[in-house]
Formats: sequence, structure tokens, C-alpha cells
Amino acid sequence: MNFEFIQKVIPMYVKAAYVTLYVGFLGIMLAVIIGLICCFISYFRVKGLNRIIKIYIELSRNTPLLVQIFFLYFGLPQLGLKLSGTVCGVIGLGFLGGSYFSESFRSGLEAVSKSQIETGLSIGLNRWQLIRYVILPQAFSISIPQIAANFIFLLKETSILAAIAIPELVFTAKTLIGLYYKTNEALLLLTAGYLVLILPFSIIFRILERRVRHAEFGS
Amino acid sequence: MQSLGPKVIIDNLPLLLDGLGNTLLIAFISMIISIATGFLFGILRTSKNKLLKLITDIYLEAFRIVPIMVWLFIMYFFVPRALGISVSGEFAAITIFVMWGTAEMGDIVRGALESLPKSQLEAGLSVGLSRSQLFIYIQLPQAIKRIVPGAISLSTRMIKTTSLVVLIGVIDIIKRGQQVIERTKEAFWIYGFLFVVFFIICYPLSISSKKLEEKWAN
Repeated sequence: MNFEFIQKVIPMYVKAAYVTLYVGFLGIMLAVIIGLICCFISYFRVKGLNRIIKIYIELSRNTPLLVQIFFLYFGLPQLGLKLSGTVCGVIGLGFLGGSYFSESFRSGLEAVSKSQIETGLSIGLNRWQLIRYVILPQAFSISIPQIAANFIFLLKETSILAAIAIPELVFTAKTLIGLYYKTNEALLLLTAGYLVLILPFSIIFRILERRVRHAEFGS
Repeated sequence: MQSLGPKVIIDNLPLLLDGLGNTLLIAFISMIISIATGFLFGILRTSKNKLLKLITDIYLEAFRIVPIMVWLFIMYFFVPRALGISVSGEFAAITIFVMWGTAEMGDIVRGALESLPKSQLEAGLSVGLSRSQLFIYIQLPQAIKRIVPGAISLSTRMIKTTSLVVLIGVIDIIKRGQQVIERTKEAFWIYGFLFVVFFIICYPLSISSKKLEEKWAN
């Protein structure tokens, strides 16, 4: 183990970790937006769109991210649509994650029992109050473990974006191995990088899950 | 160059299917071994021994926190040098997929075993069944209904993750596709084809997983 080398390349890893977070967060944000739209369309069964959403969800869940981003990055330019690596990465994560978030949101909404909604209506809440005070708090507390799992899943999936030369953690490690042949050091820092990035989220989510669980009662 | 269009897929179908065979073989071998080792790991995880629980927890978390991509790199670049052995891409891929599959399958098995109502165990014990009889006749038949849908959905994840092996030099369907693209420049049709192929393989599996889960819900 060459500690001098490790010291020298740590700044590169910090930069790479920043790219991982940056692309990951943008991708997750896009995925949450797509997920919300899909979830509402399928919850309220909007005619016509509902079918399209179903097809999208199946396509997104049953194909690998690597093929999705290769199609965006190498396939689309053939039609004259050239996107940068980062844009492809964010769209890819959004396309993949959208279906996962949609399913988690929907399972939360559908888990709120009908008697809860009827009770809310019977005490004179209007539709907005019903959503704000009865449905959302319960749906959210039921969905949160899945939302957390999706978040971590997508943040990890950024590792695949190395394949289209986004300078995130894996790409940086691979480059260093290629340049200096210092495999052990590069991989040690790579693993440490993911531990530092993902472990805190994993712990925060676990605490959060425990704190919102109280809302599960009363169903 | 005149664009070939979708004809490029038909022209190169034998090559692409050859790569697909390799992709599916890796996923299949990994899944079969993972089912066996995952059962053992899952049973270990239901143990009340605190130390055992901690070790198995750390093992599972290692795969939940560090991406499979990184594990593949460790197995392909680091392990051969550390141990002074040579490791093929296929071997590295199957080893990592089995290690990961064991962790995930183990969690499915544990979840299924722990979801059984305690009254079932107590009833079994009260009629004088031994621990192993209890497992074979009471726990397993009921748990299996929760394990099978989970295992099927894990196998779709395994097949999707197998796409990563191209990045450690395995000649899979994506590598074959890249070779065709190098020759013909038809990236749109080839990657479109790969997208459809993965969908055609994974979709029936995830539908059957969902159907079985609904059917056996009660």
C-alpha cells in the first residue's frame, strides 16, 4: 500500500464523489418528479395516460440501466440527437428511478384504508384537507422505507455511469488503475468513497423510518 | 455509408444470440447457486445468536452499500493480484453475483420465515414435532409461498445486473452488440435491440412474480 500515492489522489476522489452526488441528486430529483406524475395518473386512473404509464413502468423496470444509457448516449446521436454524458446519466437515472418511485408512492396511497377517508369526509373535511391531513401523512409513513431504498439504489446506480465516461467514483478509480497501475490503492479509495457517501444516508433513513412509524397506527 | 436500418439485427443475429447465451448462462449459474446458499444464509439469519446476527448483517449491508460494479472491480482487479492467481471475467462475475445473490436471497428467506405466525411454531411443538420436523413440515411449506415470488424477482435483477460484465471484459450480448456497432455504426438499432431483448426476458419473470405474490398473498 502506497500512502504517498493515496494522499496524492484523495483530492481526485473528493471531486469524483462530488460528481457522483451531483449526478445522483439530479437523477433522483427527476425520478421523484416522474414518479409523482405517474403515481397520480395511475391513482386517479386518468384515461388514456394510465395505459402509457403502465407500459413505461414495465419498460423501465425490466431493462438494465447500462443498456438505457448506452441507447441514450450512443444510439440517439444516430437520429441527430446528441446529449452530453451528464445529461444522459441524469435522464437514465430518472427513467429508471421514476418507475420505482411511482410504485412506492402508489403502494403508500393505496395502503390508506377506505374507512380513514370516509371518516375524514364524515367529520366534514374538504377534499384538500383530506389529502393534507389524512391521506398524505399515512401514505408517506408507509412509503418511506421504500423511498429510502430507492434513493440509495439510485445513488449506487451512478456507478454504472462510468461506462459513458462521467468522471464519478468508478470512472476515476478505473482511470487511475489505467494510468498508474496502483490497483490496490485505487480500489481501496473507491470502496471507502462509497462507504462515506452511502453509509450516512443509510443510517439517517433508518432513524427516519423509526420516527415516522407512529403514523401506521389507527388503520 | 448507406444505413442498414433494422436489417443489421437480422444480419448479425447469430453473433448477438451467442452473446445472449453467455449473459444468460452467467445469470443462471449465479442464481442456481445463490438459491442454495441463500437458503442456508437465510436460516442462519433467523438465529438468535447476537454475534452471528451481527456478522450476517454486516455481510448483507456490504452489498447494499457498495455497488456491484465496485465488487466486480475488486474481484477482477484486486483479488487476482492479492492472491497471485488469474481470474477470468466470467469467474469473477459469477463469484460476485453468487456472493450478492446469497445475501439478497438470504434476506428473502429470513423475511419469509419470520413472517410466519408464532402460533404455527407453538402448535407444531405442542404436537411433539422435533426442530427439524417443524422446519420441514410446518415452516418451509408456508414460507415457500413468500420465497418463490421474491426469488423470481431477484432473478430479474440478476439478469439485469449481468449487463455489467461487459465492463470487466466478458463477451456478453452487449460486447457482441458493440462489435457489430464498430463494423456497421448502427448504434441506434443495436442498442434498441438489446433494450427489447432484456425486456422480453425480464418482463415475463416480473409478471409471474407479481401474479404469484397476489395469488399466495393469503
